[in-house]
Amino acid sequence: MSERFDAILIGAGHNGLVCAGLLAKAGKRVLVLEANDQVGGAAVTRPFADGYSVSSCAHLLYQLQPAVSKDLGLKLDYAAKKMETIALAESGNHIRYSGSEVDGVSDEDKKSYKAFHKRMSGFADLLQKYFNKTPPRLGTKDKKDLFTLAQLGFDVRRMGKTEMRELLRLIGINIFDETEERFSNPALKGAVSLDAVLGTHLGPRSPNTIMTYIYRLCAGHGAVSLPSGGMGSVTQAIAQAARDNGAVIRTGVRVKRVVVDNGRVAGVETEGGETLESWIVVSNAGPKTTVMDLVQTRHFETGFIRRVNNIRAKGNAAKLHLALDGLPSFKGLEKKDYGQRLLIAGDSDYVERAFNPAKYGRCSTEPVMEITFPSVHDKSLAPPGKHVMSAIVQYVPYGLHDGWDESAKEAFKQTAINTLAKYAPDIADKITAAELLTPLDLENEFNLPGGHWHHGELTLDQFLFVRPVGGAAQYAMPLDGLYLCGAGAHPGGGVMGAAGRNAAREILSREK
Amino acid sequence: MTIHEVPQKRLTTPFYPRLTELDRLNNWHSWKGYTSTDALYDPELEYFAIRNSTGVFDLSPMTKYRITGPDSLDYINRLVTRDMNKIKPGRVAYAVWCNDQGQIIDDGTIFHLREGEYRLCSQERHLPWLVSAAIGFDVSIVEETAEVAGLAVQGPTSFSILRTLGLSGIEELKPFGLTHFDFEGSELMVSRTGFTGDLGYELWIEPAKALALWDALFEAGKLYGITAIGTHALEMARIEAGYIAAVTDFLPAELTVRSGRSRSPFELGLDWLVDFKKPTFNGRRALAEEKRRGSNWRLVKLDIDGNKPANHSYIYTKKNGKRIQAGFTTSAMWSPVCKQNIAIGTVNTPYGNVGDTMQVEIYYQREMLWTRVMADAVVVDKPFWDPARRRATPPGNY
Ligand SMILES: Cc1cc2nc3c(=O)[nH]c(=O)nc-3n(C[C@H](O)[C@H](O)[C@H](O)COP(=O)(O)OP(=O)(O)OC[C@H]3O[C@@H](n4cnc5c(N)ncnc54)[C@H](O)[C@@H]3O)c2cc1C
Repeated sequence: MSERFDAILIGAGHNGLVCAGLLAKAGKRVLVLEANDQVGGAAVTRPFADGYSVSSCAHLLYQLQPAVSKDLGLKLDYAAKKMETIALAESGNHIRYSGSEVDGVSDEDKKSYKAFHKRMSGFADLLQKYFNKTPPRLGTKDKKDLFTLAQLGFDVRRMGKTEMRELLRLIGINIFDETEERFSNPALKGAVSLDAVLGTHLGPRSPNTIMTYIYRLCAGHGAVSLPSGGMGSVTQAIAQAARDNGAVIRTGVRVKRVVVDNGRVAGVETEGGETLESWIVVSNAGPKTTVMDLVQTRHFETGFIRRVNNIRAKGNAAKLHLALDGLPSFKGLEKKDYGQRLLIAGDSDYVERAFNPAKYGRCSTEPVMEITFPSVHDKSLAPPGKHVMSAIVQYVPYGLHDGWDESAKEAFKQTAINTLAKYAPDIADKITAAELLTPLDLENEFNLPGGHWHHGELTLDQFLFVRPVGGAAQYAMPLDGLYLCGAGAHPGGGVMGAAGRNAAREILSREK
Repeated sequence: MTIHEVPQKRLTTPFYPRLTELDRLNNWHSWKGYTSTDALYDPELEYFAIRNSTGVFDLSPMTKYRITGPDSLDYINRLVTRDMNKIKPGRVAYAVWCNDQGQIIDDGTIFHLREGEYRLCSQERHLPWLVSAAIGFDVSIVEETAEVAGLAVQGPTSFSILRTLGLSGIEELKPFGLTHFDFEGSELMVSRTGFTGDLGYELWIEPAKALALWDALFEAGKLYGITAIGTHALEMARIEAGYIAAVTDFLPAELTVRSGRSRSPFELGLDWLVDFKKPTFNGRRALAEEKRRGSNWRLVKLDIDGNKPANHSYIYTKKNGKRIQAGFTTSAMWSPVCKQNIAIGTVNTPYGNVGDTMQVEIYYQREMLWTRVMADAVVVDKPFWDPARRRATPPGNY
């Protein structure tokens, strides 16, 4: 006879942990099963070379929802807050921005950027409200759904006629057009473009990249911070809050399948052959993985399966980690600048050009990057006097045309280092160890479907009311007892916690 | 401008050469891209062949899919609303399949040819849906419309004809049964199925043997009034039998755009085809919800006063002494065998209970002058035409 739980969570990513914590807080007996040896999913800190640790996937915190911190009573330690962004120029004449201020550009651009940032932040505030709610179903007569929809309509209208029009005009279009229209400084255009496309399979000229830009601002209007101890400390803190509420967390336990009995969920079976019973199973794994692999298609209806099967989740963001003897010499950077967020984004054409090869399954020859040297703020990550570089490198396709192998990885690692060397010529000499995690590696090591940041592309056809798919955007899947709580569900990825929190609230309201 | 000759023309079935030999009217239409006859010489006489001797109808254009593989039973059970576990090899099932909204995509017949080997026949083409439904199942789905020629052999003397053809053991074949014979070295599949509500069979064979089969059949039927027929005659017989036809009596869900224009099985009176004991099948969740909330539409069979066919008519009912519109007819005719003015229609619930008297608004033209009558129509339960000979096993010697 196996133990019975009120809810079993598959996966201890930050969303799974948030969900577990809130369910446990509401008095549910909760078990979390995590395949990996540590909790945190794509928000973890792990060693990558002797004496060096790094945030393996996510490395900057900017979207964590205040409601999540509040509900779980999280108190986080930060190594750095409100970091500046420095868009690097090969010449050393960098531009910098923080909040709505930008430096190194014309006065006109400064003004434009301020107005732009203000408007985008306004839209982000509006969306944020709905990111912390279950999206309403469309086409039903359900009172709650209709009310939320009406509220959304009202909130959009209340922004005023101009802002409403702007939102409706901008939400589907691309960031390239908007930056062309607003700014003249090429580096500023490039940096804003990169902010919009980071983590997606989209280029600045792809549709709805303004939406992804707004998405990024949903919490602190884009202010980035560096948690002490790396991202792992955030998820450790959430895990602790969950445990304090009574949740049981087991790591190194991979769920093989969800047990379905007579048309409803009845528990899970682990790879180890253990069967654990529960009428509620909440999956932090990707929607497609959950439905097609963990449950199997035959337990769902065809229309739903067809939509799930079409979810696009092909990652393009790789992580490059360097163990360094000392800080490399970037042209035009002062000592304190190494603690900021550095971008290699060239201009807006540079970003689009970096994307081009990815459309055909090849890596950028001149990639874009988001670079941090977390060890500048956080001594726990590297031996004394040494440093760690953590960079998100795009575009690195999940499905490489000729397939991924060691030589393909080595070749791209060189490309990335050569790109860095244009800004920091001595960087190669400082490297003592390097780790490149391609989207395929991220999938293998962190169970990220397609190695995708969001578990499923963040585009309007997979957003809000239709995330992960139309008719199933309320966390409850069309199989009694099965729920989603991860990045593949509304609102999406990023270390946010909204999906996990919304899912918990939805479960608690449905399963009384 | 040059006009290029288009090589592609309307397809013909393997029986086309024989049909053209018999054809006197040159009335053809397209049935899913195939040349198909409305009537060969007289629709009414062809109809009477079905009821009094035997009519032979070329149903080769019927869409056919072969479904095989280890998961074929599970696959079909998830696809259709009824329980297919009960349909053993050698049996045929009428079935409907729904989308996730519980709306009917189509109806059709499923032949369990051999253990784990099925053929699905339907009016519309469904490959994209069938392929989507196969995601995660170990099955193969092959469209075999052109690979199988089919003849409906329907009427009281059909059994005698097949026996004369030399199909020994045919007397044991029960309604909705199927069996295989050897025909000149090829496999001939015979099922006791049809669209006429009468004693009848359907014969299925590879196209290369189609003409030989036709000739042997007509030779065997010479003394039994065997007659080739067209769609018109068949249509009359199917209305009398009370069978619904896709596109005519309901719109397949994939063809509708507006909500409320498609139908659920309950709305077509097909409750008996929905088995909630199956934990999962397409449409189950929506249908369970509909069962709780009630349906919007109801299919009715009407026995109408007078003799003017109620084609395209509104159906009215009385509510609080006032006449209100309740629905419309979808198929209607004067039935020669029943001597009844009959129709199939759709009404809004809660109207149209069996035994209710409704009114049908019939327009007809006589020497150009339009006339309108309001005829009483009684909702009936049973098929209009349902002779005992249809079920008798062994069938009678007519
Ligand atoms: C390269 C990269 C860089 C990123 N950078 C940032 C950043 O700087 N800032 C930011 O906010 N976001 C960033 N993100 C996005 C962010 O990391 C993710 O969106 C977020 O961590 C997703 O959280 P989650 O809890 O929904 O899912 P995950 O973190 O993916 O957690 C899912 C968990 O489920 C487990 N699991 C899956 N299947 C099973 C199974 N069968 N049995 C048991 N357990 C299972 C997995 O092991 C995993 O622990 C980045 C993503 C990538 C890929």
